[in-house]
Amino acid sequence: MDWPTILLTGLAGVLATAGPLVVAAIGEAISERAGVVNLSLNGTLILSAMAGFAAAVATGSLAAGFLCGAAVGAAAALLVAFAGITLRQSQVAVGFVLALTLRDLAYFLGAPVMGAAGPRLDILPVPLLERLPVVGPMLFRQDVMTYASFLLIAAAWVWIYRTRPGLTLRGLGEQPAAAFVRGADVIRLRYLYTVAGGALVGLAGPMYSLSVKAGWKGTISGLDGLGWIALALTIFGGWHPLRIAAGAYLFAFLQWLGVVLQPFLPGIPSQVLQVAPFPFMILTLVLVNVGQAEWTSRLLALLPEGGRRRLAGLLRLLRASPPAALGQTFKRE
Amino acid sequence: MIRARVLCQQAGRQAGGVILALLAASGLLLLAGASPVEVFRQIGLGAFGSVTRLADVLVVWGPLALVTAGLLVTFAAGLWNIGIEGQIVMGAIGVTGSLRLLQDAPLPAWAVLSVALAAGMMAGAAWAMLSGLLKTVGGVNEIFGGLGLNFIASALILWLIFGPWKRPGIGSMSGTEPFPDSLWLPALAGTRLSFWSVALGLAAVGAVALLLSRTVLGLRLKAVGRNFRAAYLLGVPAWRHLLLAFGLCGALAGVAGFVQVTAVYHRLIPSISSGYGFLGLMVALIIRCRAAWVAPVAVFFAAITIGGIQLPIALQLDSSLSGVLQGLLVLGVLFSDGLRHRAAARP
Repeated sequence: MDWPTILLTGLAGVLATAGPLVVAAIGEAISERAGVVNLSLNGTLILSAMAGFAAAVATGSLAAGFLCGAAVGAAAALLVAFAGITLRQSQVAVGFVLALTLRDLAYFLGAPVMGAAGPRLDILPVPLLERLPVVGPMLFRQDVMTYASFLLIAAAWVWIYRTRPGLTLRGLGEQPAAAFVRGADVIRLRYLYTVAGGALVGLAGPMYSLSVKAGWKGTISGLDGLGWIALALTIFGGWHPLRIAAGAYLFAFLQWLGVVLQPFLPGIPSQVLQVAPFPFMILTLVLVNVGQAEWTSRLLALLPEGGRRRLAGLLRLLRASPPAALGQTFKRE
Repeated sequence: MIRARVLCQQAGRQAGGVILALLAASGLLLLAGASPVEVFRQIGLGAFGSVTRLADVLVVWGPLALVTAGLLVTFAAGLWNIGIEGQIVMGAIGVTGSLRLLQDAPLPAWAVLSVALAAGMMAGAAWAMLSGLLKTVGGVNEIFGGLGLNFIASALILWLIFGPWKRPGIGSMSGTEPFPDSLWLPALAGTRLSFWSVALGLAAVGAVALLLSRTVLGLRLKAVGRNFRAAYLLGVPAWRHLLLAFGLCGALAGVAGFVQVTAVYHRLIPSISSGYGFLGLMVALIIRCRAAWVAPVAVFFAAITIGGIQLPIALQLDSSLSGVLQGLLVLGVLFSDGLRHRAAARP
């Protein structure tokens, strides 16, 4: 194969492998926008991957697999919502324990289907569009769920920023009291968005086990840690669908780069290259956050006018702050 | 006597949660086609059935108690130190690095081990304070900063094991070359258990209990944890106390790394933390950060971990059941707490 072809198939692969991360991180962003932090992602993702795979093997239907995954994700989110909203326990505590417990539950319950042969999503080229140069092979020769992940990015953005209910959604996380006064049923909506976000996270699991990393191989399925990445992407993306997607693609691109560059970097063990994107992510996280710190503005004030304005603009571009009422229980006074 | 009664009351209050967890676990086991009674009996046997098994439980208990003690400090200051795993790893790296440097030096073993302990504590504390700095200076929530630092620590340990510290020949997941047995913490005859591991664990739990209940520093840490702003306005240098809490917790995580390297594995392996950091978070959650409960509940959790190991052989069940049971216990307590408060709040 010649270089352009390798690059194009590589990039197409990057878009596909980032798909589940995009879906999971946007799901998490939706529940966090509503003010509920669902820390269970890592466990939910693994359990829904196992359950989706098992359901698809049992029924022979890929759709059943994805539905089962979404149901698992919704159920886990419902637990977090019930404990956090109704029982007023720490959302972080419940989510964290679920992240560990559901992972082990997946390994425990998944033992019978370990290594089983299962179905896998087929590539479904979009007629005509796939013939486009460059863009065709990258964007339009993917499986259904990858197309769905593209659509989700746009849909989530429109919903959050361009619709009336989206405005309420943002209000739930920023100023629940104000949203309540304006007639929003804060508790019910928070439940709704948390469960919906959880269902998206649950879809991401089968996106791995029925497509990107097809099959269920127990502890060596290579899924452990991805849920934490998705969570980090939500933060790194500033709870904004477009930025979350950019982060997910960047992450997948760096991992791919690690694989491609492996032969040229004999000094670095492959295990290290696989985790190399993580430090990069945390650096970005810091960059996103320093823009807000008080000392940054004080430091900026010392710079000469022209440079200051440009730097401040750059920092403002990166800036993102969490929903103000994230993780807090809402009490009707 | 009053103290004993308080402890009994606390235990009674959690009984509901434990029963809830046992019911959920039994349902799950029936679903998987196993007899719950038989499973619980096997776990009990696997943990306490022989002296070797009991010793293995205590092998887990040492680092687990150390880590949980540390987490009580960060929880007291209102911090979710999820970076604890990376702090254990960095501690173990610090210990291994100093042992490698000094193992051929003409020094007595106790001196080398003491230096290694200090290095481990410093490495763990430094890594924890990095979480703290990210929070105080960078504005990164400690949960996300800690997670990122965990990943970086695991990248670093892999790089060391497969790179500069690899075994002669080729690096592998089995870890670095074992240290000479003069640098092993002495084990009780016939077991893998070191007296020092248990002693360090007990000392840490005792010290943290004293710190939090009997000292001004402990009071300040709790003030910062309860209400950061109020503590700051009342003249407690709040940011500095956050960093200090991170530092103390990281140092104890470093001791846990020291125990793992010098008493358990005698070398550095990729999974040197054995997940005890996250397990410690679970223990801290289930005891609601009450220091008196660290030691017994850590024994219980260590017993579940060890008791689960033989499940695949005895009952053809995956040993990940241990983690499920531990998680269900914590969830049971969290949910029953919530249900009780809700019932009490209702007029």
